[in-house]
Amino acid sequence: MASTAAVPTFLKHHFESADQQKGASGIGMWLFLVTEIMFFGGLFLAYFVYRQAYPAAFASASSKLNLPLGAANTVVLICSSLTMAMAVHSAALGKQKLIIFYLIATLFLGGAFLGVKAYEYHDKWEHHEIPGENFDCETCADPGHAPLFFSLYFAMTGLHAMHMIIGVFIIFFLIQQAAKGAYTAKWSTPVEMFGLYWHFVDIVWIFLFPLLYLIDRVPGK
Amino acid sequence: MSNPSHQSVETHDEHHVVPVSVYIGVFLALIVLTVVTAWVATVDLGAFNFAVAIGIALFKASLVILYFMHVKYSDRLTKMVIGTGLFTLVLLLFITMTDIWTRTWMGVPGR
Repeated sequence: MASTAAVPTFLKHHFESADQQKGASGIGMWLFLVTEIMFFGGLFLAYFVYRQAYPAAFASASSKLNLPLGAANTVVLICSSLTMAMAVHSAALGKQKLIIFYLIATLFLGGAFLGVKAYEYHDKWEHHEIPGENFDCETCADPGHAPLFFSLYFAMTGLHAMHMIIGVFIIFFLIQQAAKGAYTAKWSTPVEMFGLYWHFVDIVWIFLFPLLYLIDRVPGK
Repeated sequence: MSNPSHQSVETHDEHHVVPVSVYIGVFLALIVLTVVTAWVATVDLGAFNFAVAIGIALFKASLVILYFMHVKYSDRLTKMVIGTGLFTLVLLLFITMTDIWTRTWMGVPGR
């Protein structure tokens, strides 16, 4: 190996090697994601506590959600995770055009998810199922506590959607950088780190979908 | 050892490139499990409804973490950071819920 000429330009001077720099980025990203786990964890805890306290209200309010749309959105989000994984994969192999293609596909699928979510929110608005003065759910069991379910529904899916909106902005940035040829087989850390973020958002939805849409569907109980 | 040049490339290339077939396999498993979890929600399993739904979600999340997020191929420090975070989440959920679950057993005021 040649000496100083071999030092790559992307290597910051405070790191010993490209591997060390990459490892540090990974640890930093995961530490951030761990704080995100606790951030969402608080909401999940609130959900479990109130579901335990008012099971009837939660069961009947949960069945007001649109199951086919929720399931379709889950599939859309899983597809976007695949395209994101492929973007990271293409970046690692230095296939610059494919990075852009897969990032655009991820952007499109993320947009589709948010569109469906907006439609569902609008539906809740139309049906007076948004907690507040105009909340009105005659067919809900325990209508006094049904707003609790919808509050948690909007808080959890809203925070999730906010993460996706932030993600969409970051994808725009990554596409712009990729178009300039910023990501090569040797260095594509931003794409890789954003991939972790996007998959994390997918995982949150993997739990939100059964907890909000599915768990109390069975009429027998 | 028969192919030393190949071996040195392997060890130097710290980042493990996962074959595309693995991504496709994980993707298909996630889709199938989504269909299964949506379908099984319409079947009355009594007390197991919750366990099955959460079990499938945990399995799906594990697939995403291990393969899409490359944790299976990460170094031990990264795994420890993730494990610590998940452990803390489990503490948050379970220690709080042990209080909520057991209040009715003892006739504690406020429940």
